Amino acid sequence: MTALLAAEQLTVGYGAAPVLHDVDLTVAAGSITAVLGANGAGKTTLLRTLSGLLRPAAGRVVLDGQDLRGVKVEQMVRRGVAHVPEGRGVVTELTVDENLRLGGLWRRDRADARRALDEVYGLFEPLARRRRFPGHQLSGGERQMLALGRALIGRPRLLLLDEPSLGLAPRVTAQIMGLLRTLRDDTGLTVLLVEQNVRSALSVADTGIVMALGRVVANADAATLRDDEEMRHAYLGF
Amino acid sequence: MDRFVFLTFDGLSRGAVYAAFALALVLIWRATRIVNFAQGAMAVATAYVGYSVSAATGSYWLGFAVAVLGGLLLGAVTERVVMRFVDHSSPLNGVVVALGLVLVIQGVLGMIYGNEFRPAEAPFSRDAFTVGGIALLSRFDLFVFGTVCVVVVLLAVLFTRTPVGLRMRASAFAPDVSRLLGVNVGGMLTLGWALAAAVGSLAGMLVLPTELGLHPNAMDIVFVSSFTAAVVGGLDSAIGAVAGGLIVGLLLSYVSGYLGATVAPIAVLLLLVVILLGRPGGLFSRSAARAV
Amino acid sequence: MSVTLAPKVDAGLRVPRPARRHRYLLWTIAAAALIVALTYLLPPFRNYQLATVGAYLCVTAGLTVLTGLNGQLSLGHGALMATGAYTVALVQEALAGRGQWTLLIAVLAGIAVATVAGGIVGLAAARLRGPYLAGLTLAVAVLVPAIASTFDQTFNSDQGLSVYVDPPPLALGATFPYERWQAWLAWAGALLTMVLLATLIRGRFGRSLRAVRDDEAAARIAGVNVARTQVLAFVVSAACAGLGGALFAVLAQSVSPGAFPLSLSLFLLMAIVIGGLGSLAGAVWGAVLLVALPALTHSVTDSIDVSPAVAQRLEGNLPLALFGVTLIVVMLAAPGGIASLRPSRRRRKP
Repeated sequence: MTALLAAEQLTVGYGAAPVLHDVDLTVAAGSITAVLGANGAGKTTLLRTLSGLLRPAAGRVVLDGQDLRGVKVEQMVRRGVAHVPEGRGVVTELTVDENLRLGGLWRRDRADARRALDEVYGLFEPLARRRRFPGHQLSGGERQMLALGRALIGRPRLLLLDEPSLGLAPRVTAQIMGLLRTLRDDTGLTVLLVEQNVRSALSVADTGIVMALGRVVANADAATLRDDEEMRHAYLGF
Repeated sequence: MDRFVFLTFDGLSRGAVYAAFALALVLIWRATRIVNFAQGAMAVATAYVGYSVSAATGSYWLGFAVAVLGGLLLGAVTERVVMRFVDHSSPLNGVVVALGLVLVIQGVLGMIYGNEFRPAEAPFSRDAFTVGGIALLSRFDLFVFGTVCVVVVLLAVLFTRTPVGLRMRASAFAPDVSRLLGVNVGGMLTLGWALAAAVGSLAGMLVLPTELGLHPNAMDIVFVSSFTAAVVGGLDSAIGAVAGGLIVGLLLSYVSGYLGATVAPIAVLLLLVVILLGRPGGLFSRSAARAV
Repeated sequence: MSVTLAPKVDAGLRVPRPARRHRYLLWTIAAAALIVALTYLLPPFRNYQLATVGAYLCVTAGLTVLTGLNGQLSLGHGALMATGAYTVALVQEALAGRGQWTLLIAVLAGIAVATVAGGIVGLAAARLRGPYLAGLTLAVAVLVPAIASTFDQTFNSDQGLSVYVDPPPLALGATFPYERWQAWLAWAGALLTMVLLATLIRGRFGRSLRAVRDDEAAARIAGVNVARTQVLAFVVSAACAGLGGALFAVLAQSVSPGAFPLSLSLFLLMAIVIGGLGSLAGAVWGAVLLVALPALTHSVTDSIDVSPAVAQRLEGNLPLALFGVTLIVVMLAAPGGIASLRPSRRRRKP
């Protein structure tokens, strides 16, 4: 298994209590990795560092063998990294269509961008019905679809998802997880998924990483984390 | 009645200029949450350059074009070199820096050109046409009106129907998310400032022929009137800026016409006070009374 | 760590620290003595400049309290100075030649009118913040000269009025230099202003000012009447500006709209930013800068070889450009902008 993304001794934040401390992780291509842990563990900070919104104080991020030091945030989509941030980041003042098109504006191949837009509408039928709706009129589930669709328009290799299930009904969460599984199987998409909903995350993930207080405390395949009672009790609280 | 009609048309013509200027202010406010207090000074500076070019070449239109392009350049440079580095922790920072710019621009203009009033000729006749015995608009008024309408339409199309406009709006509403989607947010900011300054310069060239002349402080009152117009319409609203501009223009025209020209500035001040006390978010804001 | 007891002090050796107001009195007397000494040492023109610094200090002190301690950015203090100045001109005109005491009446009237004007603006501005407040006060600064033009008869529009000022009282001696008298007048006002402001800001008023600036919601919850604090702060600083304007009228012996342009208000802003927002000592430096920089540019333009027309252009405008650049550089260089330009809170001694 080739590592698409690797973080080496990542330290973010300064002073006596950095937010991330010496984080090492690898994400295999074509896999779904779940990042789990309590609030404040540093999961969101990790994603923001991987996509370049935060600069590490020490350590580095390597994407497909290339060191990402100095790469601007705007460049990350061009390298195939899509980050759906905490809170989804739907631009509420813009319409569904404008949000989606925004995700594809960087592409030089306009024809393929249009094709991708049609594919996303095909994938998320509720969005197709609400093309002209402004973002603030969408429900939580629709916003998640919009954020995901917008990320997928760029045809990314790596998808960073921050708490997609937040505020969503179990049925909708299951749909999203199922979609991730399908994308991984059909297109080889690699997913790094931060989740509070441990069961949902582990139901689709291949690997699980558990964080606490800015450090990685466990890194095992999902089956082990699911089935090993001791591990579950120790790190996941159930 | 004749007088009323004349004053109305005159007010709309002036109002068009305030509308354009207010639009420039709203543009920058929406993108950066900064009120560009230097907008008037920047417009005067480009007008000086424009009129110098006109005088040197004999062509008004060349000077006009240079003024507008100068605005584009000045706006971009101001954003890149100065405003980019303003700390966003307090809204006062942008205000104070812009005021520093006002001092610098007015000082430099005074040093180069002096503080006497210079003539600012209009490209068209300012004599009013009479229709049915009533004096209405002059050729120059029509030119002003037409130009502002074209500019407003162009800006509207740019922002709502082009990819660049989409990028600019997204950069203003959600800069971090836009970056994640590959938008060059910094570049969009520069472009926004450039466009706003160009619109301001255009408005300046349209209004200066109707003022006492070219002078480093010539746009101070226009700025205050346009700021009032923007506040009346709501700093967040482009439509509000246009409506506010027309309202202020009409107000100034009626007060000047019926009560005397020297009282007119006081009317603007009163309007500003009334709107800030009553409906600080403006007439067209989405939210009602926002905590200013 | 164990708690340490307060060190034993021999009761007999304990010298009580002077009460705060006594300290201010000592400082004031010392400063007054220094000023008086200076006025005997300096040539007439320097005394005039010293007087100008004193007049500016009244305004900068009040403004730094308003903007630095209370967070209200006012661009209209030049106009408030004008109201004090014009009042002095009009009162002196009405009471011309009746004696030295008319000046006191005139100055008090100037302060009163400016206070009222400040109260009106302050009431309008009480709920405004940031750019809205700046815009309103800017409008006041730009449009108030229009009032002078409207009432042509009283204010004599652009030509302005001359201010009748009596020569120094005979008690000081028949040959008492006029400039020295001007410096004494100006600094009497300035020192009075400083003491009053220092007393005000050490007490509850000062705490309210800072509380509202730092966190309005928290201040409200703590029981501070925010609107009243904002208006009072404006009124106090307006009174100071009125005094400063009144003194200017006395020093220049004339008033006109051209003496109070928008750039004056911007200069005042620059002075308090560079001196340190909220610092009374900084207000002194700001006032000094306001006089020193134009004087410096004047001597520079005098020394270089240019035609009188060009020299006049430079003299009038170089200070503007330099002040503007200074303001921009200071604001951009300070990390955190305006917040970091305030002096850090001094620790209270037990």
